[in-house]
Amino acid sequence: MTSAEEASRPFAGLSDVSIPDIPVEGDISLPVASSARDDEFSTLDEPVKETILRDLRAVANKFVHVLYPKRSSVLLRDWDLWGPLLLCVTLALLLQGGAADSNDQGGPQFAEVFVIIWFGSIIITLNSKLLGGTLSFFQSLCVLGYCIMPLTVAMVVCRIVLYTASGKVSFAVRLVVVTASFGWSTFASTAFLADSQPSNRRGLVVYPVFLFYFVIGWMILTFSP
Amino acid sequence: EHFLFPYIQLDFEEAANLMDANRDVVTISIGDEDLKAKRQGPAGGFPPDVADDDPLGSDDKTEVRLLAGQKKSAPFWTFEYYQAFFDVETHHVKERIIGSMLPWPGKNFIQVYLRKNPDLYGPFWICTTLVFACAISGNISTFLHKFGSSGYKYTPEFQKVTIAATAIFTYAWLVPLGLWGFLLWRNNKILNLVSYSFMEIICVYGYSLSVYIPAVVLWIIQVEWLRWCFMVVALCVSGSVLVTTFWPAVRDDNPRVTIAVIAIILLLNALLAVGCKLEENIVSDARIWSLISSSLCLCYVVFSYIYILKTYLFMSKVSYLH
Repeated sequence: MTSAEEASRPFAGLSDVSIPDIPVEGDISLPVASSARDDEFSTLDEPVKETILRDLRAVANKFVHVLYPKRSSVLLRDWDLWGPLLLCVTLALLLQGGAADSNDQGGPQFAEVFVIIWFGSIIITLNSKLLGGTLSFFQSLCVLGYCIMPLTVAMVVCRIVLYTASGKVSFAVRLVVVTASFGWSTFASTAFLADSQPSNRRGLVVYPVFLFYFVIGWMILTFSP
Repeated sequence: EHFLFPYIQLDFEEAANLMDANRDVVTISIGDEDLKAKRQGPAGGFPPDVADDDPLGSDDKTEVRLLAGQKKSAPFWTFEYYQAFFDVETHHVKERIIGSMLPWPGKNFIQVYLRKNPDLYGPFWICTTLVFACAISGNISTFLHKFGSSGYKYTPEFQKVTIAATAIFTYAWLVPLGLWGFLLWRNNKILNLVSYSFMEIICVYGYSLSVYIPAVVLWIIQVEWLRWCFMVVALCVSGSVLVTTFWPAVRDDNPRVTIAVIAIILLLNALLAVGCKLEENIVSDARIWSLISSSLCLCYVVFSYIYILKTYLFMSKVSYLH
């Protein structure tokens, strides 16, 4: 049996092999540290504060990564949706309390903000997956949600500005702040999302993200107490 | 095992038209060895050694493209089925948008730009952008209009988004459905060489809306005659894209049917434009919208009734003659 024939038929050679009587030696032992490792991973015995703090630390770590967007895989590897939920609820609460709340000509309701953010994120994720992206569904949701953080910060700043000043000055300040944070959000999320697409489709994936943050920025800018 | 060759397109017009009518023409079977080599090619390019294995014998210059009817071989409840409709690149979408803004008589949008590769990306995102552009520009123009008047309190008028979304998505997705059904019905009666798939019609309608986006943004300008000017220009451009596309499909038909179809296409387009314009002046007046939608339905019903009546008379005349 030549080697070429053997190579062309995978696993075909195994049927012809006869195993000679070679005694098998050696010892099999479990690594000693395995029992200690099991204790480390069991989190049933730790105090609740530890559990919550661990998750909070992970979320805060991701916030820091959004603030200084560089190529790191923290957001992608250990995705979680706590951060986006926190940001979404904060943003929706801050967008309430406008004077136009009573009549229906007013700003977005709480449910509308929620729907826009989550539904928008889901549609953008579906879009990037349909275009052949390599990120998983929840990783994309995680990235898009975390990158709302600059806009939430801008909302807080806008509310402070609206309490202290009013008129053209406040509008100019708010415009600058919202534009800067919108640019930051788009840049941060593009840094994570664009790598997962082939280069000939990057524009197609970036545009919906741009539109999404533009709409959220518009909602923040037009908030009037 | 069949492997559907990507991106092979014959360059003759009649062959394209014939293949339109007769979709189950070509499947190319290729063994497994070629599969791995050919799959490397990304969506845009084509592997250089396509010509060697091509049983049609095309030379290096021609590209052979998948026929629209066979590309979507996955069942419609799988993800891959919809992935086939997103098989475009950035420059494809840009070319299509520019082509829809610059219509040329004789340049059929479907044949020139789509080339058997309709996508859902363009129509969906153009509609979404138009929805938000309408709402935002309406808000800004209301604000500028009433800025000086006393007692005016700025409101974001967020409910406009819902109204605009309903109107635009209805126009861009239900009207193509009706038109496609109608063309299918007529195709059974009159042999047409040109027939369009449902996705292609949705594509044309979606891209024809792209000229409204700059028009809507320019509506912020507070000069009334200029706004009507922009609206008329957008209407003409968008209408001519639709007419040049659908003219080859209906010109072989009974002339009254032809005129009726073209008239309905243009009428619905005009209704959309006028509706968008009215929406900005009249702040979220639900009665206007119900009026527009009911008149739309009424037009549709009346025209279809007239059409059915004429067809019945025509058929009875034909049977009488025989």
